[in-house]
Amino acid sequence: MIKYIEAPYYLDLLDNFLKTNLPEWAALAIEYVLIGLVLLTAYAVIALALIYVERKVTGFFQARLGPNRVGPFGIIQSVADMIKILLKEIIRIDNVDKFLFYLAPFFMIVSSFLTFGALPFGRGLHVVDFDNGIFYLIAVSSLSIIGVLLAGWASNNKYSMIGAMRSGAQFISYELSAAMALMTIVVLTGTMKLSTIVDQQEYVYHWNIFRGHIPAVIAFVIYLIAGHAETNRGPFDLPEAESELTAGYHTEYSGLQFGFYYLAEYLNMFIIAGIATTVFLGGWQPIQVEGWDGFNTAMNFIPSFVWFFGKTGFLVMLSLWVRWTFPRLRIDQLLNLEWKYLLPINMVNLILMVIIVIYGLYIH
Amino acid sequence: MSSVSQYFSGMFKGIWSLLTGMSVTLKELFAKKVTQQYPENRKTLEMSPRFKGVLIMPHDENNEHACTACGICQMNCPNGTIKVLSKMIETEDGKKKKILDQHQYDLGMCTFCNLCVITCPQDAIIFDQDFENSVFTHSRLRMRLNKEGSKLREKKKPAPVAKPAPEKAAEPPAEASADKDNETKE
Repeated sequence: MIKYIEAPYYLDLLDNFLKTNLPEWAALAIEYVLIGLVLLTAYAVIALALIYVERKVTGFFQARLGPNRVGPFGIIQSVADMIKILLKEIIRIDNVDKFLFYLAPFFMIVSSFLTFGALPFGRGLHVVDFDNGIFYLIAVSSLSIIGVLLAGWASNNKYSMIGAMRSGAQFISYELSAAMALMTIVVLTGTMKLSTIVDQQEYVYHWNIFRGHIPAVIAFVIYLIAGHAETNRGPFDLPEAESELTAGYHTEYSGLQFGFYYLAEYLNMFIIAGIATTVFLGGWQPIQVEGWDGFNTAMNFIPSFVWFFGKTGFLVMLSLWVRWTFPRLRIDQLLNLEWKYLLPINMVNLILMVIIVIYGLYIH
Repeated sequence: MSSVSQYFSGMFKGIWSLLTGMSVTLKELFAKKVTQQYPENRKTLEMSPRFKGVLIMPHDENNEHACTACGICQMNCPNGTIKVLSKMIETEDGKKKKILDQHQYDLGMCTFCNLCVITCPQDAIIFDQDFENSVFTHSRLRMRLNKEGSKLREKKKPAPVAKPAPEKAAEPPAEASADKDNETKE
């Protein structure tokens, strides 16, 4: 029964069907193209859904109703916005560095798309599974800073420039914390391969956040803070700071190019939450308690990708909650938080985790 | 040592204050939303109590108002929005009396300063909360506040019927809303 609700069953059907009817190279080519299309579509759809959710939740936090005119409860609002952005003119600005200016949005979107493609969405829904998956995620997601810096540099606009420089300082600082927090968990799991990390977290107390107890919880909180800062949102939105810098590094962009930045911002939020889910909260594993067989079977009937999106959605909600609670930091406060608090704590935490792993003090 | 303890106490105080802030916004998330969905909820629209829409003169069920045509509202109006036209009549017992002929009000000129309402000694005029006042011609903004054939409400007679009368005088807004309902029904 359970195999019918999970994706691998259908994927195998498709795979067999293609391979029996076509030569292997053609079947593979078709599969690659299909995977690419599905990922692209998922990317766009998730971004649209997130934009809607963000606007709605923002409204609720401000005692408003949020979008509610386009479609029932405004659910088609972000589709309408997308059509608007697609139809808008891409304005050619004088005196920009043309090549870099037009190149910058692609860095942003490609980096977030490369990260998106490596996430394990569910049982068998994992496109690329590198042995050093976490390393890959960290490396590729930090490419987006190039897009931000290029945009600020090429725009020939002081606001864009200041925004990009702030973003650079912020990103380089917090990337360190995010990576160290993930490394703490890698010490615990002993592997960087995402599929293995998810497989290890079968029962609830095997989820890394519980298995590694104190240092894992600290790492989780630090990762959420650092990841939140990396997405340039919430109290860490200095690079955009609309009250000071109009729109920061993407001031000069319009139409689809702005759409790229917009999409990448929301997807980065999702990606950060997705990585946190995979590494700390058991990925797509359903809630399983050892011994409660009936409960476990019932939970297994919920498809694994629903679990993934549920946990990720929970973390995204957390991020929205933080975003609409705290005022924007000053640049010195931002750097203080990272270099005087998060990073030292993180290093001590890493050593603590090493000690715990060496003496086997984690939950077996 | 003190700087180390300061570091940690500062950090935990900071975390505590962040959590306090987050609890406030969490409450706000589930609080009642204040948005009024105006065209749809025209029937149940709640206006803020001090909103001033248009000047009206409440009339009671006998088509009587409280305006004595004293002209104080006209004198107090900063930009000539109000014109009180009075006429002299002779009462049954032969006395001459000034009564209200027309109370003219120009909505297009009004700045909603409320001075007329504040200074009216009889509480004869009040601001209504009706804000759907758009019309196509300028002339329709000039209104006459007293109704056709209305007359001054008689001062309550002393002694026997003393009880209901003061109540009536004390509650002009209730009368006004009743009047308003009648108008919309018409």
